[in-house]
Amino acid sequence: MSTLRMENVTSGYGSMEVLHGISLEVPEGKIVTILGPNGSGKTTILRTVFGEIRPTEGRVIYRDQDISGMHPDNVARLGMGYVPQEANVFAALTVQENLEMGAFLRNDDYRPRMEEIFGMFPEINPRRKSRAGELSGGMRQMLAIGRALMLNPETLLLDEPSTGLAPFLVDQIFEKIQELNRSGVTVLLVEQNAQALRCADLAYILEGGEKKAEGTAQELMNDAEIAKHYLGR
Amino acid sequence: MVALIVDGIVLGSIIALGSVGLTLIWGITDLFNCAHGDQITVGAYLALLFGGLFARIGGPLAAPVGPFSFSWGILISFIPAVILSIALAIGIDRIVYRPMRKAGAHFITAFIASIGVAWGLRGIVYIIWGADFHFYTEGLRSMIYITDTVRLRVDEIFIMIVAWGAVAAVYLFMARTKTGKALRALADNPTLARVSGINIERLLMWAWGVAGLLVAVSGVLYGIETQLRPEMGWIFLLPLFAAVILGGKGSITGALAGGLVMGIAQQVSTAFLVPTYKPAVAFIIMILVLIFRPKGIFGRRSA
Repeated sequence: MSTLRMENVTSGYGSMEVLHGISLEVPEGKIVTILGPNGSGKTTILRTVFGEIRPTEGRVIYRDQDISGMHPDNVARLGMGYVPQEANVFAALTVQENLEMGAFLRNDDYRPRMEEIFGMFPEINPRRKSRAGELSGGMRQMLAIGRALMLNPETLLLDEPSTGLAPFLVDQIFEKIQELNRSGVTVLLVEQNAQALRCADLAYILEGGEKKAEGTAQELMNDAEIAKHYLGR
Repeated sequence: MVALIVDGIVLGSIIALGSVGLTLIWGITDLFNCAHGDQITVGAYLALLFGGLFARIGGPLAAPVGPFSFSWGILISFIPAVILSIALAIGIDRIVYRPMRKAGAHFITAFIASIGVAWGLRGIVYIIWGADFHFYTEGLRSMIYITDTVRLRVDEIFIMIVAWGAVAAVYLFMARTKTGKALRALADNPTLARVSGINIERLLMWAWGVAGLLVAVSGVLYGIETQLRPEMGWIFLLPLFAAVILGGKGSITGALAGGLVMGIAQQVSTAFLVPTYKPAVAFIIMILVLIFRPKGIFGRRSA
């Protein structure tokens, strides 16, 4: 049963069409990776799913509900979290305030959840009162994910969390993502870094706004043609 | 010289109060609101209107408040002036800027629209109250002498207490409350605010509401300090702009410091220059800041 489904989605910015009829499925409890080069439309997929852009054709279905063009705050209410690639923390706010903003839609006491997140990312715990803009790249990424987790989302959209990170930090972030997934969070991960396939269950390969291949992560890794063209091997 | 600095602090307090609202809107909506000054004018005239109505009731309402020059009527008229000014600010946003946001208008377009709003508001003030000067109260204003040369009007103590009280309240609101933090988040990163589930239109209403409150308070204080005329806010806008630019976009503490600097610089300049050049001093400081510190003294470095 798929949690999230895109049916023939065409989307873009103004008159510039970026996605040309994309269909994909994210089954519940899995990690799905969309792999593709710069400008292939990866970010546009996430922005369309999260309601920042309205698809011009096709539908986005989340848990049997059509959410095409729904406002981001309502999408967040349905249990979806989104970590954008760039500017994904409130640089002028403190670490703690960033997490509070992640909990904006909650009216109950969010502090236990905040402590859980500091437990999940112990690196940022001592920096609670620091401005997010002062954090290193790795810590910033953890804070960005932590912010999105404040609402206990069932599904998490991640846009290239490995960007600009040193290799050992990339491994660490991917491990955290797998850990989250084991705790029951469905993940849609968009990446340029082929390493992302290793933590994924299913994968799609995207180029020029079109789907070029799909399958289990294992199948794609073993496909010589795909490895040569898209995985840089 | 000390006397001029004291005068400068009084003027600076009013400038600081006025510029906080201006920088708030600039930081959150990217709009440099040219109507801010005329909204201050409207705030001042609203207090005049209600103060006059209350004075007609007579009795204690027409009598001055303790040692101050203004009556109880003026003091109480703060309340309706603030409420109507908040409603006006939110209303202007709804009618003018919200449709522009929806249409994805450039901030320059909104900036020019705000000049139109400024002229419209001033026109209304001219129609209703005419071009003459108005005073909240006629007659002498009592002074206290701190030293032989340094003197302060009793009213000015009231002005400073109210101005800094209002500023402190806004500062605490922004630092401590959920809505205040969300406003700062929105100024910092609107895209991320939206994906965090923050309802932007509702927050913008808050931002305009806070600006409307500050505008009314600074209008009435400015009216107590000087006199009411339809151009008062428009001319006052220049030192406000300078204070906000000095402080840096969206920075409340910057606007406070900038406001004090502007007030003191303008008053102290009168020791060397003809007072007519006071506004030019604000301009020169603004130009120097734009050349040497374009992001202001407290400006955020871009992330």
